[in-house]
Amino acid sequence: MTESIIVREVSKQFTMRYHRSIKQMTVAMVRRQEISDTFLALQDVSFTVQQGEAIGLMGLNGSGKSTLLKIINGVMRPDRGEVRTRGRIAGLIATGAGFHPQLTGRENIYLNAAILGMSDAETRRKFDDIIEFADVGRFLDTPVGHYSSGMFSRLGFAVAVHTDSDIFLVDEVLAVGDKPFKRKCIARMEEIKKEGRTLFYVSHSAPSVKRMCERVLVLEKGVLGYDGPTKEGIRYLKYDNDPDDVSSENEDESGDEDGELGADI
Amino acid sequence: MIRIPVEHHVDPSWVPDAPLAQPSASSGLLEVFRRSYLLRLLVRKEIQARYSGSFLGVFWSYVQPAVRFGMYFFVIGLVLNLHTNVDYFGIHMFAGIVVVHYFTETFGSGTRSIVRNKAILRKMAMPREMFPVASMLVSAFHVIPGLVILTVACIGVGWVPDPAGVAAGLLGFSIIMVLGTALALLFSAANVFFRDFANVVSTLTAFVTFSVPMIYPYSFVDERFGRLAEWYLLNPIAEAVLLVQRAFWVGATPDPEKTIRTDLPEHLWSYGFAHLAAAFVVLAVAQLVFSRLENKFAERL
Repeated sequence: MTESIIVREVSKQFTMRYHRSIKQMTVAMVRRQEISDTFLALQDVSFTVQQGEAIGLMGLNGSGKSTLLKIINGVMRPDRGEVRTRGRIAGLIATGAGFHPQLTGRENIYLNAAILGMSDAETRRKFDDIIEFADVGRFLDTPVGHYSSGMFSRLGFAVAVHTDSDIFLVDEVLAVGDKPFKRKCIARMEEIKKEGRTLFYVSHSAPSVKRMCERVLVLEKGVLGYDGPTKEGIRYLKYDNDPDDVSSENEDESGDEDGELGADI
Repeated sequence: MIRIPVEHHVDPSWVPDAPLAQPSASSGLLEVFRRSYLLRLLVRKEIQARYSGSFLGVFWSYVQPAVRFGMYFFVIGLVLNLHTNVDYFGIHMFAGIVVVHYFTETFGSGTRSIVRNKAILRKMAMPREMFPVASMLVSAFHVIPGLVILTVACIGVGWVPDPAGVAAGLLGFSIIMVLGTALALLFSAANVFFRDFANVVSTLTAFVTFSVPMIYPYSFVDERFGRLAEWYLLNPIAEAVLLVQRAFWVGATPDPEKTIRTDLPEHLWSYGFAHLAAAFVVLAVAQLVFSRLENKFAERL
């Protein structure tokens, strides 16, 4: 028994509400318009991940990547199918952690760590490492609502990365970080991989996925289109040797080729 | 769909010593109390947030009930002259204020608790019952200053606590605690789907003040409604107010035995226990409804 994540025929349907108030609903009824509409964010997605695997999850915007992550970490429940995971899960969804905007950075670190299942003593022990990694400086005692988007996701990543998790989810964290921080993240994720923790990495950046993951899943409009080795996956997505590569989050760096990210770590 | 197997070697020492489980599984309220550290943290944050940036800080939680007490005492007691009909009317009334305030605070802030914390709930997996329960505990924290003022006032007029009174007080507050948590769970979940529920709740709580024997004594209800007074006692908050008045006010009156006979209903205790049992039933139902609705929280917030 070495499975870390099992996803079996998972589907998730969202309801789009066009009209929310009674006034709007009456108007819609009189005009005989559709009141609600649904769409399938995920459709019969199945795969199994072994402990310690590093999986790259790729796909265009709106293909269901974040929904899949939310189902794996338990924020959402699938409408059909089932998900099983082993051990503690930590990570970031959609570039930010679940922070309370009115609480300070310090308070949010404790709260976030407690939600991830850490005790008071555990958080205290790791507190210095966390703030050093997050590098928010004097802003530690400022409400996170005033943070810049970079600081916000740095702090979130710092907490998640210091939790003793068995499964680590990362959703486009590098999209908002600056270059030094990206480097730090990549280094840290490689450590996590070495420790044998399962890594689930969402990214649009072909180079960093290639560097980090042996296996890639590609979602296309909620359907799993590809599950296999990274190289073929990137080719499948047509993210490789795209002449005007605008899809990469490392846009500014993609000029100096794939190996760049790890070059000076 | 293309599926190409990828070779992967698993070191057995990597595999955590845990079974495969549903990531969203939660045992509801039980889970909330199992993770008491997180609950404590949430309660403390909430209390801190309320007094952050204030000079007097937590001292405000003593000022507010004291002022409320003074206001009611002068307006209803001295101006409307209920003071002469009821012994120690101020204590009679303030016992009611403490209970009603605890209930309306729990109900109101509990209902808003899920929507208010959506930033966290949308991204982190945790027992969501945590937030309504934390609201209830924050409200309970704010009951303490009221009880201190009440006790001081009672001792000032020569009150001697009796064991039956203490038991009545505990029973009264337990009813509010369980019922308040149940309603907070139910309405906080409903509020995710229609934000109207927060308004529904504030409308409902406006009635509470007048539906309990607080600004009028229970003997008035008994006199004017006769047999129908039993219906009045079906209101759990009225019953809780009477129980807390049994704890404080009765002992402060010159002749407690007589007060119990004339100003409290005949079956005070049996009604009390029945209400507590009913509150637990409501709590069980609320938990069931909450568990069903919470599946859709993440997408509706």
